[in-house]
Amino acid sequence: MPETEPVVQFENVQKSYDGEILVVKDFNLDVAAGEFVTMLGPSGSGKTTCLMMLAGFEPVTNGNINLKGKPINNVPPHKRGIGMVFQNYALFPHMTVAENLAFPLEVRKIGKSEREEKVKQILDMVQLGGFGNRRPMQLSGGQQQRVAVARSLIFDPDLVLMDEPLGALDKNLREQMQYEIKHLHENLGLTVIYVTHDQTEALTMSNRIAVFDDGIVQQCSTPEILYERPENAFVANFIGENNRLMGTVEAINGDQVTVKTDSGDIVVATKINVNSVGDRATLSLRPERIFVSPTKGRTPNTYSAKVEELIYHGDHIRTRFSVCGHDDFIVKIPNSIDNVSLQEGKQVNIGWMPEDCLALDG
Amino acid sequence: MSNTSTINSQGPLLTNDGVPLKESLRKSLRRTKIRSFLLILVPLLFVLLLFVTPIAQLLSRSVDDIKINEAFPLTFAQYEVWEDKSILPSEEMFAAVINDIRITHKIENSEGRNIGKNLLGRSGTRMTYEYSGWRSLLLKTVKEAIKVDKKSKEEIKPYKWDAPYKERMIKRDKRWGKVEFWQSLGAMKDPYTMGYYLNAVDLRYDANKNIIQKVEYLRVYKTIWMRTLQVSLMVTIFCLILAYPVSYLLATLPMRISNILMICVLMPFWTSLLVRIVAWMIMLQQHGVINDTLVTILPCFEGMVNLPFFGATNIDLCFGDEDRIPMMYNFTGTIIVMTQILLPFMILPIYSVMRGIPPSYMKAAQNLGATPTWAFIRVYMPQSVPGIGAGCILVFIVAIGYYITPELVGGKDGLMIGNFVAREMQQTLNWGLAAAMGTMLLFAVLALYWVYDKFIGIDNLKMG
Repeated sequence: MPETEPVVQFENVQKSYDGEILVVKDFNLDVAAGEFVTMLGPSGSGKTTCLMMLAGFEPVTNGNINLKGKPINNVPPHKRGIGMVFQNYALFPHMTVAENLAFPLEVRKIGKSEREEKVKQILDMVQLGGFGNRRPMQLSGGQQQRVAVARSLIFDPDLVLMDEPLGALDKNLREQMQYEIKHLHENLGLTVIYVTHDQTEALTMSNRIAVFDDGIVQQCSTPEILYERPENAFVANFIGENNRLMGTVEAINGDQVTVKTDSGDIVVATKINVNSVGDRATLSLRPERIFVSPTKGRTPNTYSAKVEELIYHGDHIRTRFSVCGHDDFIVKIPNSIDNVSLQEGKQVNIGWMPEDCLALDG
Repeated sequence: MSNTSTINSQGPLLTNDGVPLKESLRKSLRRTKIRSFLLILVPLLFVLLLFVTPIAQLLSRSVDDIKINEAFPLTFAQYEVWEDKSILPSEEMFAAVINDIRITHKIENSEGRNIGKNLLGRSGTRMTYEYSGWRSLLLKTVKEAIKVDKKSKEEIKPYKWDAPYKERMIKRDKRWGKVEFWQSLGAMKDPYTMGYYLNAVDLRYDANKNIIQKVEYLRVYKTIWMRTLQVSLMVTIFCLILAYPVSYLLATLPMRISNILMICVLMPFWTSLLVRIVAWMIMLQQHGVINDTLVTILPCFEGMVNLPFFGATNIDLCFGDEDRIPMMYNFTGTIIVMTQILLPFMILPIYSVMRGIPPSYMKAAQNLGATPTWAFIRVYMPQSVPGIGAGCILVFIVAIGYYITPELVGGKDGLMIGNFVAREMQQTLNWGLAAAMGTMLLFAVLALYWVYDKFIGIDNLKMG
């Protein structure tokens, strides 16, 4: 990150609603100008609470939030100048699209002609040129979404917050909107904090992702690192698909560990966060990193597995094996011409490389 | 694809079997239609019997003058040829009255029972509405015109009275010589009349069926109509002012607290109307709770004080017995009690609309830079308008026909049209007038409904 001051700074932020349970335990995050940061986590993990504290709708119980270097704990929401896209868009139903867009300008006492100019400009930007006189209800979900984004941008905020903005859209539209938001972010140089529970959405859009669980940020990193090198079992499991084998650490050898699984098989894995011999460990394996019938000696970890189920997915065949005492071991086999044909009930060898097998906390 | 549907560019759409699609659809829906009709049959009959019929009765009664026209056909025929209506009619008219009495007197129904006597009595009542004294005059004349033998109950013939009647009648009762009695017949000469409606707004027919104002001392209803309107409007406005913040709290407070609040709102709703009114009477009367408290706690001070800046000042601060505020048996009482009673009718629809407004709108407005107050005015309030409309229309409709509260706490200047409808029904027995007033109320409500539909739209009406 460059040495410029972060736009947003969460410093040891804690939040409790009832004085007994901490919803957000100790949240620290710096967001630099122009960054797209996603807060990802299951529902109830505290991500939306953090966003609401930043927008000013929830008071911070302890700690500080700084916006452009100034603490904003005591600044009311309407003076924060943060744009926000709400989950259900919150477009005012009694106003037309143009009136909705003009609203933030109107409260900022911007003259009528300039207002109209800006509204027109931003409508063109989100490709809704002729829709100014419609009511939000007369628009499709995707169009409403665009209006909501436009409304959050029209007053040139330093920061835009998005609270699961695509949750109400169907799958195709959601993907399309992901790219549109991504492009807006890139073209306008926006600083965006995005909240979602959809990991694909987070992976496609973000510069950085903060993975929340249980009020704590489990890992905050770029999408690649999160996927390739998750720091703990929760992140490994939450981001992407993941096979888990449970076991005990037998030996530690530099970056590599030897783990004896509960079924008694010995697996060589990469050490991530296991500390000493005898610790419980979770071995994490991505389904696309498994070799079926590898040539002898290619994979240090090779085991005999039984094909339990084959599910045809078009581009790949999802295969469920039982291996190392685990009967829900998923392997994605690409649907290409030179692949072996498997049959349910057949015994085959499967294997993987130590660097693809991560030893995480148990 | 070939035989899933047959689409001809010319002919109608056919199904696979060649039956027209529309007919097939109709057949398939017939069972459902019959079943749904059977399901609504009972409520439909119920509504027809208990709602539509009485209203139809009400409407017909408010214009009906058939009975009196049946009883006095000759008289009204003579009335048509009476030329100068400022002088007494000629002998023919007097004769017609006697002849009508003698004929009507003997009318029997299909079972052979006499209904003529009853008809004459009712005609007398009807005539009294137009000019007081008619009933007694008519009944007296009936006795004279037809003598009945006490033993045999037969009419004594030949009649003791004989033509010419004019002088004889006037001699017997000088009211027959007053032209006003004769003139008042003009209002009843047609089988259907607007007379009751005119009466309800302090108008009447003159001898030539022109619409004119009633004499000054008989003009009462216009004041009552205006007061009814005024009370309903004021009650509606006060209810709105009181209900809006309560509804907002109900809709926005956490469930646990708002439930308790909701019970507080509904509790009076479940309490008997009479109990509530009596409770208010205890509160509001001259020696009631409020006045007693005021007299007890307000200081009573009279005399010279040396005030800073003002110097010696004579102060007369006293809320004594003579200052007790009259809050009951007057207009104020009606307003206070009706407002309290009708408050839930305002709260519930507003609440139900407000509950449907997601809190995110207010958040969004503030996030976009509006102060909480401005956000409320510009974003929240416009969305609660359907609730306000529904509440106002509901309260106004209920208020405009209110009866029991004004009756008990209204005193003289707090009475409303409902009280007069009741009075006409129970005391004066002028059902035609009561029906006319009721009909006017009904149409006032329908008009209101129409206006609401025009401006806000009935679809937006949410009653809770």
